[in-house]
Amino acid sequence: MILFNSIYNEIIKIALKPRSYLGLAAITVLVAVIQFALKADGMSIISFVTASFEQTLTFEGNVLNGNLVAFIILQMLLVQIPLLVALVTGDLVSGEAAMGTIRMLATKPISRVQLLLSKFIAGGIYTLIVILWMGVMSVVVGKLLFGTGDMMVLNSDGLVILQEADVNWRYLGGFAVAFLALFTVSSLSICLSCFTDNSIGPIVATMSVILLFTIIGTLDVRVFDPIKPYLFTTHMASWRSFFEDPLPLSAIWRSIAVLVAHNVVLISVSLYTFHRKDIQS
Amino acid sequence: MPEKIIEVRHLSKKFGSFQAVSDVSFSVYKGDVFGFLGPNGAGKSTSIRCLNSLIKPDSGTVEIFGQSITTHRESILGRIGSIIEKPDFYKYLSAYRNLEIFSRISGKPSSKQEIYKMLDFVGLGGRERDKFAGFSHGMKQRLGIAQTLLHNPDLIILDEPTTGLDPQGIIDIRNLILRLKNEQNKTVLLSSHNLAEIELICNRMVIINKGRSIVEGNVSDLMNGENLILRLEASPMPAAKNVLLAWKPTLLWDNVGDSSIQFPIEKSEIPYLTKLLVEQNIEIYSLEAKRTLEDYFIKIVSQ
Repeated sequence: MILFNSIYNEIIKIALKPRSYLGLAAITVLVAVIQFALKADGMSIISFVTASFEQTLTFEGNVLNGNLVAFIILQMLLVQIPLLVALVTGDLVSGEAAMGTIRMLATKPISRVQLLLSKFIAGGIYTLIVILWMGVMSVVVGKLLFGTGDMMVLNSDGLVILQEADVNWRYLGGFAVAFLALFTVSSLSICLSCFTDNSIGPIVATMSVILLFTIIGTLDVRVFDPIKPYLFTTHMASWRSFFEDPLPLSAIWRSIAVLVAHNVVLISVSLYTFHRKDIQS
Repeated sequence: MPEKIIEVRHLSKKFGSFQAVSDVSFSVYKGDVFGFLGPNGAGKSTSIRCLNSLIKPDSGTVEIFGQSITTHRESILGRIGSIIEKPDFYKYLSAYRNLEIFSRISGKPSSKQEIYKMLDFVGLGGRERDKFAGFSHGMKQRLGIAQTLLHNPDLIILDEPTTGLDPQGIIDIRNLILRLKNEQNKTVLLSSHNLAEIELICNRMVIINKGRSIVEGNVSDLMNGENLILRLEASPMPAAKNVLLAWKPTLLWDNVGDSSIQFPIEKSEIPYLTKLLVEQNIEIYSLEAKRTLEDYFIKIVSQ
């Protein structure tokens, strides 16, 4: 019962903290800007992409529909969203330490494991809300503004055409994997947050880790090849696998396994550290 | 013998190479208002944090309500209300919301009415919806007290609760502590730099210095066994000093202005000395025996 009360507390704290709305506001503005741009000049962008196929294919109907617009938006924004998540979750422990409230919480009859777990769960709920908002803004609003239709996806293997009826479940799956990836960012930032009493440090450190791993992942240097499959950043774009045909199930499961493993390790390290930590703030 | 509420034995804690607490032992009994005294850096805060399980000691034991804080942490903390150093709350939340949050994980969640009643009790009635960020230091302390008492704890630990309060605020907190003891038989551990405060409201105390507990006992017993400081205003003063030297050749005194001196004396010696001075026709204008905790404290920590 006390765990649920603590989770409720954490949600209330996040909900009443002005910073929490920065991420949602940023998503709203960014998506709106991209949608405006696509509405204004989207067809010329699409023509540029499809030009190389026009000798062999004819495109008819509403090509620039809500399904494609949502895909373009997600591709552009899901890289930036970790910062918005870390902005809130990186503050969950260290922010309380900086404020001194962690001392007050730790003198209550709730175990430290429960206290920290409630922060992970609340961080997860916030991440879910961010993803859902992203989904509403990109997919739902995208379909309202641009209509619907078959979806054309250009990936490294070529052009994939997905039928309209075949798209929604792919978005659901894609968002689920994207949530897992962002939850890993949330776990990383909370974990780093357990090591310091500085409120900003974990946020900066989380972004630095993402940046470093992304650079390692993109560098074409052989020495990094063995570790690349195990970096969580390698799997942050796995949501795109849901828009391949046929579905690369083994790659998706591998990504899920790597992300879950990261979460297990990060949460375990956090619990161990926080449980043993002397609270001196 | 009343029930033992806190028993600390040989508590030690080191931070890196700094030995914060090296051998602290003391006991607090049911109904005590127990003073926890020590100069800055003596190890008071570290000891109090060990009592609240914020810090894990390197060695020694802490038993509260007859159970170890290490093995029965949650059940013990549910019966304690504490303010450690200063009350820190969420700045962006109201007084009501802050109390609600801490109450929810106190083991005994309070109703809205109970929270309002408690805010009223500590003098914050009408400020329930005001944000903590806008509170004065005194209001923050009062909110801290409200948070401490809301779940009706059996043991209250207050670390410097009157720091920064105005005189009326200090009196209010003192009265509150005495009411908790007298009307509800609560046990209070009070850490304070204000020696007069300890002297006024505590029945028992421990003095710690350099990480060690030096002396523990009833405040009155500890001070009764000590020399008094007698301040004598008399005329002629040179003659009075001669009488004193004749009585005790090794006596040392401090001059206080032109017509007064002060020196240590035992309580039983005062009538005899008065008689001696009167017999030598010394005019005594005032004779004031002082025994303050401050004197005792300074003597103890300087040993």
